Amino acid sequence: MARINLKDIRHAYVDSPVSDDDYALKRVDHVFEDGGAYALLGPSGCGKTTLLNIISGLLHPSEGEIHFGAANVTDLPTEARNIAQVFQFPVVYDTMTVYDNLAFPLRNRGVPEDVVDRRVREIIAMIGLQDRAGRKAQGLTADEKQKISLGRGLARADVNAILFDEPLTVIDPHMKWALRTQLKELHRRFGHTMVYVTHDQTEALTFADTVVVMYEGEIVQIGTPEELFERPRHTFVGYFIGSPGMNLLSAAMDGGMVRVGGQSFALPGVPQRLSAERIELGIRPEFVRLGREGMPISIAKVEDIGRKKIVHADLEGEAIAVVIDEDAEVPAEPCVAFDPAHLNLYADSWRVETEGRS
Amino acid sequence: MNKTWNNKAWFMVLPVLALVAFSAVIPLMTVVNYSVQDTFGNNVFFWAGTEWFQEILDSDRFWAAMGRNLAFSAIILCIEVSLGIFIALNMPRKGWGVPVCLVLMALPLLIPFNVVGTIWQVFGRIDIGLLGRTLAELGIAYNYVNNPVHAWVTIILMDVWHWTSLVVLLCYAGLVSIPDAYYQAAKIDGASRWAVFRYIQLPKMHRVLLIAILLRFMDSFMIYTEPFVLTGGGPGNTTTFMSIDLVKLAIGEFNLGEAAAMSIVYFLIILLMSWVFYTVMTNYGTEKR
Repeated sequence: MARINLKDIRHAYVDSPVSDDDYALKRVDHVFEDGGAYALLGPSGCGKTTLLNIISGLLHPSEGEIHFGAANVTDLPTEARNIAQVFQFPVVYDTMTVYDNLAFPLRNRGVPEDVVDRRVREIIAMIGLQDRAGRKAQGLTADEKQKISLGRGLARADVNAILFDEPLTVIDPHMKWALRTQLKELHRRFGHTMVYVTHDQTEALTFADTVVVMYEGEIVQIGTPEELFERPRHTFVGYFIGSPGMNLLSAAMDGGMVRVGGQSFALPGVPQRLSAERIELGIRPEFVRLGREGMPISIAKVEDIGRKKIVHADLEGEAIAVVIDEDAEVPAEPCVAFDPAHLNLYADSWRVETEGRS
Repeated sequence: MNKTWNNKAWFMVLPVLALVAFSAVIPLMTVVNYSVQDTFGNNVFFWAGTEWFQEILDSDRFWAAMGRNLAFSAIILCIEVSLGIFIALNMPRKGWGVPVCLVLMALPLLIPFNVVGTIWQVFGRIDIGLLGRTLAELGIAYNYVNNPVHAWVTIILMDVWHWTSLVVLLCYAGLVSIPDAYYQAAKIDGASRWAVFRYIQLPKMHRVLLIAILLRFMDSFMIYTEPFVLTGGGPGNTTTFMSIDLVKLAIGEFNLGEAAAMSIVYFLIILLMSWVFYTVMTNYGTEKR
């Protein structure tokens, strides 16, 4: 087990990158602490898998260094890094039995057969394939195969880190939840450093203590699930985390006030001037109050999503979403008011850190 | 599941049946006809029963030819399959090397059989051939015309040169269909080069390899043109394969009954062997399901 230190990692898939756009990973400088459970969250194509493959050594970064603990492993091949990785789509060795599949990474490293047996039995019970142990992996269903892939990733007890690359994509929803819980449990028991790549915020938020949000080849925010929800550092995080995402209203600075359309808000600690091309005010739909007071809106559509309702409306020419309780009334002349404690101000997509509010 | 039976569908098959009847069944039946009858000319035939078959199966000449065929097939299969896999594994997967390799590999396959025979006949000649002359210069007394071992080596070399490409191309097709994730997983699992071959590449090549072995077996078991052009079955009878022997029997000696019986035995052997190969290889690895 080790602390994984990424030092100024950049990666480009083209041979001679010129501009920033040529890099799949623009610049990543980050430390995965030993024993942490991390989620790498971001949309497809944001560089999550690239970063993961660089950690495991399947890719050599164009620039930068990777350290495991004190050792520089940048030039070490995958086999020498002692890393486990589970891929998005099932990889099983067709001609081997389920048991042999799970034993494979252990036997390759010359682990004594009695240890292999103990370990494999444990893993097989965990992924719930005891009755399949002696069968060839070939005829299994996709989610059984993925469980084998997952199990192979967990088989070795002494790995530096376990990397998961969207491992539950092909698994049934109810099974997903069970497996994720098992992974968390496993993390608690053995304390491996785990990095879990996903584009599903629920998966990320339930699995990880620390979520690393990536966007267009950069890490835009690192934080606990609460921090990501309440104080998104970048408008992308606001939009990506939460359902529906954060409302973003284009705003202008007016003295110490923030103006949206004809309305002004006082934000304590906001600088008098912001040298930014685009200023936006962000508020989560959960913190917008719908009632008879405040700014008038015109409602476009009300969506019922079970215990809550989402009201899509128009405020001063901008789209705004409001979350209300299922049984809440929508007034005839609806107005919205914002909870000032949950307002975030963005200058050129990055959050303006104001005094007194971190 | 309920299947709909429509007997009218049989009419749709009729044209194919007619075609196959004219192209295969009727000619085959003529052979069957010859194999059970004898004639002394004038188109007068006598019923011979199984006499021709007994004669064939009792003749040393037939068994010797068959032995040569089996030995030949076994040798070239061993060489071509292992060499084919080896070359396929080492062919580039991307870049400009791919089309170059594929075209180079396909070239021998495009050359007509009798031309292949002629090329090697000239190639091996000790007076003007590149191979024969070179060996002679090196002091090796190579002569495929009068040395049976040299004749065999030359024929095998010729077949390997001509047909390994087929195995290579089939294996290559199997190899490129393996997703990268398998190789990545193998690296993560710390698999050796051998383990990658044994547990990832070989299973993925299994089907194409089956086809390659079947094709090469049938083709090599029926080999005629190339040895006929190269050695004409000699020296002596040492490279007289069944097909060459059959032609000698039928056209050289005009022994129609015996030749017909031999054709049928020959055909049945190929049918049987192919069936055995196919059954064994399709069941391989699946019996423990």
